Amino acid sequence: MSPGVFTVYRWELRKLRSQKRTYLGLGAAALVPIIFVVALATRGGGPNDVAFGRYVHDTGLAIPLVLLLFGSVWMFPLITALVAGDIVAAEDRNDTLKTILTRSVERHQVFAGKILATFTYAVAAIAITGVVSLSAGILASGFNSIVSLSGTRISATEGLGLVGASLLVYLIPIVAIACIGLLFSTLFRNSAAAIVGTLMFSLLVQLVGILPGLEGLGPYLLSTQFNAWQGLLRSPIDWAPIVRALWVCALYGIPALVAAGLVFLRRDVAGD
Amino acid sequence: MTAPAPIEVRGLCKSYGELVAVDDVDLTVEAGDVFGYLGPNGAGKTTSLRMMLGLIVPSAGSVRLFGRDPQVSVKALAGVAGFVEAPSFYPYLNGRTNLDLFAALDGGDARERIVEALEIVGLSHRAKDKVGTYSHGMRQRLGIAASLLRRPRLLLLDEPATGLDPGGMRDMRDLIRNLSGQGMTVLLSSHLLTEVEELCNRVAIVREGRVAYQGSLAELRRQAGSGYLLRTTDDERARQVAEAQAGIGEVQIRAESGLTFSAESESAVGALSLALAESGTLALELSPRHATLEDLFFRLTEGEEAGAAPRPDRALEGAT
Repeated sequence: MSPGVFTVYRWELRKLRSQKRTYLGLGAAALVPIIFVVALATRGGGPNDVAFGRYVHDTGLAIPLVLLLFGSVWMFPLITALVAGDIVAAEDRNDTLKTILTRSVERHQVFAGKILATFTYAVAAIAITGVVSLSAGILASGFNSIVSLSGTRISATEGLGLVGASLLVYLIPIVAIACIGLLFSTLFRNSAAAIVGTLMFSLLVQLVGILPGLEGLGPYLLSTQFNAWQGLLRSPIDWAPIVRALWVCALYGIPALVAAGLVFLRRDVAGD
Repeated sequence: MTAPAPIEVRGLCKSYGELVAVDDVDLTVEAGDVFGYLGPNGAGKTTSLRMMLGLIVPSAGSVRLFGRDPQVSVKALAGVAGFVEAPSFYPYLNGRTNLDLFAALDGGDARERIVEALEIVGLSHRAKDKVGTYSHGMRQRLGIAASLLRRPRLLLLDEPATGLDPGGMRDMRDLIRNLSGQGMTVLLSSHLLTEVEELCNRVAIVREGRVAYQGSLAELRRQAGSGYLLRTTDDERARQVAEAQAGIGEVQIRAESGLTFSAESESAVGALSLALAESGTLALELSPRHATLEDLFFRLTEGEEAGAAPRPDRALEGAT
């Protein structure tokens, strides 16, 4: 069997499993929810000023939702960028691009494998946060019904499904961030610059949203899409922000990926 | 129809803005050659190799490996292996896992050759250690092992002995000789004349991105070794006599003293000595001059104007 995208993908995952940064990112995705739950349990009170904040002691289902809100500022973009910003630049750091590009896989296959591995990592990070925060939350606050953003009560099992769906919707902007991380990783050929660049991009977009006169841009900013999942927790479900997140994130992610791909396919693999 | 040559390079150029790294290089490496790509550091050897492996897009010209273009697809690298500059690996993976990875990217039965390749380069005992802990020499050897996984018919090696201690250099040369003995065609880039002299049957000498000489090493040696040195009581007069003499050519006054010339035969040299005596110019020294290959190499690569040996006309084509 001749090697292809799947071969590269499998080995990219193998490489990720052998690197500390992967565990740093996934470890943060697991630890932050635990710290959050422990802090809530020991200090009492809660983040009453955010959606679902006041229910954190009533039901474990509220924990992942509050974390999604807090995490969108910089935590999840950072966790995503940690790998996305490194995955191409690491080959420059180790000078290994020349090694893998003189085997029997084409450049586009190498790049596609890297994209898939990056997305896989991002999905894993969100899944870990979801599972850990739900488990810890349910342990601390119980598996109880939750009040939707429309004020209606949702049963615990239905709520669990909606939390899972929210995590999925949350992945949409995360994947867009990953695309931007990949672009910076390809362009800068330097992991630190790409990671910081991706995070700065994410923060700057949030700042644009609060500039006077630019409020109209709000719905189309990448940062806004991190709240799209809230449509699921209305009754009836409001699909509009989710649909918008899909196409807005595509507008951010696809051009970034295409640009990164073109650069990767055409670049000279020369030394420093 | 003959099979396409392992390497055919035509009009290859690479420039970075004003800087021309590789300038109109033509190369043909025939099957079974151990071809020395010889030149000082910075002569564009590595850049050429990168273009041959499809890592860099040429500014102009073409590369064909067994008739296929590495710019189009890695399929052109079937049966081709090697490395440019120091071979590189994932430092956080062990030697064996690095080879596993490369074998996966090679496909086919490359995986089955890992154990053997590690044996050949003598790294079996360190295969389980992270490459980050390897010495430079071990990485060079792992680089060869990584190449062997592809069961290459053509091996491109960029300064494989660089940074190795004398024992390591000897081992590397033995290995290359061995591989060549098994029928592998080898392109070996080097800045070490002795290495190329020892291993190669054909050479290209490059200088500032251009090929200054290309041909067999035997021919180069012949060119370097021919010629005579003459010192007389009156060199200027001797020059006139020599130039008028049949069978004598390429007469040049040397900067220090005396002159050099080439002769068609020894009898022409004898006739010249007689003519000199008749003209009243007395020979103080008349000897065949064996310019070393090194002289020639330096002249070709540093562009120093010839004075010592007769000018090998082929050799300086394109050197200026």
